[in-house]
Amino acid sequence: MILVLVETDGQGVTETSQEALTFARGLAERLSDGGLEAVLVGPLPPATRDGMQSHLGEQGVTVVHHGDDDRMSSYAAAAWAAAVVDTVAASSPRAVVASGTPRGNEVMAHVAARLDVPMAANVVDVAEVAPLTVARQVMGGAALEEMRLDAAPGLLTVAGHAVEVAPAEVPTTPEVVTFPPTIADADLVARVVRSEVGAVDDTAALTGARVVVGAGRGAGSAEGFEELLELTKLLGGALGVSRVVTSLGWRPHHEQVGQTGSRISPDVYIACGISGAIQHWAGIQSAKTILAINTDPDAPMVTKAHYAVIGDLHEVVPAINEELRRRLA
Amino acid sequence: MTNVLVCIKRVPETSGQILLSEDSQTIDARHVGYTVSPHEECAVELAIQVAKATGGDATVLTVGSSDAVAQLRDAIAVGCTAAVLVEADTERFGPADVADSIAAVVKDHEAAGSTYELVLLGNDAADTGDFQVGVRLAYQLGRPVVTGISTVEVVGETVVARGDGPEGTEVFELPLPAVVTVQEGGIEPRYPSIPGRMKAKRTPVETVVSDIDPVGSGRVRLKLPPQQPSNVEILGEGAAAAPAVVDLLVRTGVVAR
Ligand SMILES: Cc1cc2nc3c(=O)[nH]c(=O)nc-3n(C[C@H](O)[C@H](O)[C@H](O)COP(=O)(O)OP(=O)(O)OC[C@H]3O[C@@H](n4cnc5c(N)ncnc54)[C@H](O)[C@@H]3O)c2cc1C
Ligand SMILES: Nc1ncnc2c1ncn2[C@@H]1O[C@H](COP(=O)(O)O)[C@@H](O)[C@H]1O
Repeated sequence: MILVLVETDGQGVTETSQEALTFARGLAERLSDGGLEAVLVGPLPPATRDGMQSHLGEQGVTVVHHGDDDRMSSYAAAAWAAAVVDTVAASSPRAVVASGTPRGNEVMAHVAARLDVPMAANVVDVAEVAPLTVARQVMGGAALEEMRLDAAPGLLTVAGHAVEVAPAEVPTTPEVVTFPPTIADADLVARVVRSEVGAVDDTAALTGARVVVGAGRGAGSAEGFEELLELTKLLGGALGVSRVVTSLGWRPHHEQVGQTGSRISPDVYIACGISGAIQHWAGIQSAKTILAINTDPDAPMVTKAHYAVIGDLHEVVPAINEELRRRLA
Repeated sequence: MTNVLVCIKRVPETSGQILLSEDSQTIDARHVGYTVSPHEECAVELAIQVAKATGGDATVLTVGSSDAVAQLRDAIAVGCTAAVLVEADTERFGPADVADSIAAVVKDHEAAGSTYELVLLGNDAADTGDFQVGVRLAYQLGRPVVTGISTVEVVGETVVARGDGPEGTEVFELPLPAVVTVQEGGIEPRYPSIPGRMKAKRTPVETVVSDIDPVGSGRVRLKLPPQQPSNVEILGEGAAAAPAVVDLLVRTGVVAR
């Protein structure tokens, strides 16, 4: 059996956890008896519970281990890990899979430390089943590492966009078993004491945008973003920037795309004045279409893009804006 | 007074084509320089800020070869006051081994009467991206830990840490001693000053040799994605390309009509 640590939102199971479930189902078919179970932690409002039931049923999950008691109302990684470890002890999965999100990676690191076994972060593929060997992203995704993971259970997180969510051939009606996790007081010390919601941070808009206008050093200055912002607005998209732009203080860090910024997967990415360093590429490699606007025809962003315009972005972008305004009028 | 230990990792500064060693076990960094992760640069900055605010020391540590002294000196140049090199053949080390090595230094210093109340690390190393050294270290030390943090502030015996959560900024309050892993975005690391650089040359680096028996990283080999030949279609040059760009946006469905 393969156990999946599932994260939820208001609608049910998060998209990235559904990816992890699809990945785990593939692993279950190759590595074990095909069994797929889930563990989730904390309160489940009715809408989340309903969505969760149907998402997990689509993925072919038979049993949901739901760790909850009145101390689990706010997120605490160690308490979540305690619930996962309880489930591992009770049901001996061959592997535990989570999504490569901040929480997925954090909780699994706790599980790894508690069980004293290795953990593989950001796995994209299974290279071999015996001994279990996975391929995972290193260098922000610019290279892969084949890593042996033959301790029991194998612990891994799945990189975002490594697989596409796909339903099981035979859907299930998962049985939910709620249990109080074995939590020590120490497990609740590092917990969210409050959330500061409402701070203007458009990270979610950036990661969910269908069109992202990217801007790099070629923008030239903090004042050089006017035309780029207009293009973003005309396209109903979001602005994403390179690290040079945030380091120079031209734009805030939450707009940064790349290895140490957001990972995006828009239908179209328009990279203006960005050279295409591997750490930037790490954030855009799942964009469907990439258009580069750059003065240098040999810039990696140009040679690796699907389409390019060679030229100064301060001439090209205003011309695109004008053409868009004309056609949208 | 809060003494802070900040842990950094020397990594190849590749921005273009990655080269592998002949045995595919490591990145060939002969033609590129070395650096540390931006997350760790932010951790160094936070360590300096906390030490200054509380009248404590900021010590920088790395586990690696003696070449990594260069990265320790960079951290001293911006304001760390002491440095520790744990000399080890890190090619054979996995994240649990790095955590063990750091824990040994923390415990030795504590036994000698100097405690690092706060240990800061990066959220994930720039090369191996294991996302776990900080958490494993916390378990070795029996301390609370929180990851992916943008800002920290020490208020009395408590560290207040803020980071991005699924629904906005999340606030954690941990009693010291604690471990925190840092993510880029909350603060701007400072640049080294000339006197800072001079001081970095003079500051002695405490060197210890790791005597742990490594469990290893499980690495079988590194692989690069297949090199795709350039398939780029040039839509034009300069402003004249605008109509072709808009045609493309219409074709891809992001502009109506
Ligand atoms: C561990 C690590 C993590 C990193 N994480 C990130 C990350 O998350 N995101 C990120 O972006 N970077 C990251 N970096 C930095 C990365 O290596 C590059 O330094 C950075 O992406 C370069 O930004 P840039 O393309 O804007 O600047 P440059 O590399 O300087 O490129 C500027 C480009 O603009 C073009 N140009 C100049 N003027 C014009 C003009 N008027 N019109 C059109 N084109 C013009 C130039 O031809 C050039 O191609 C990281 C680095 C490290 C070591
Ligand atoms: N060899 C090392 N020496 C010192 N610190 C390290 C080393 N390797 C990892 N770290 C720290 O642990 C963090 C997380 O690394 P990792 O878990 O490997 O992704 C890094 O950002 C560093 O702060």
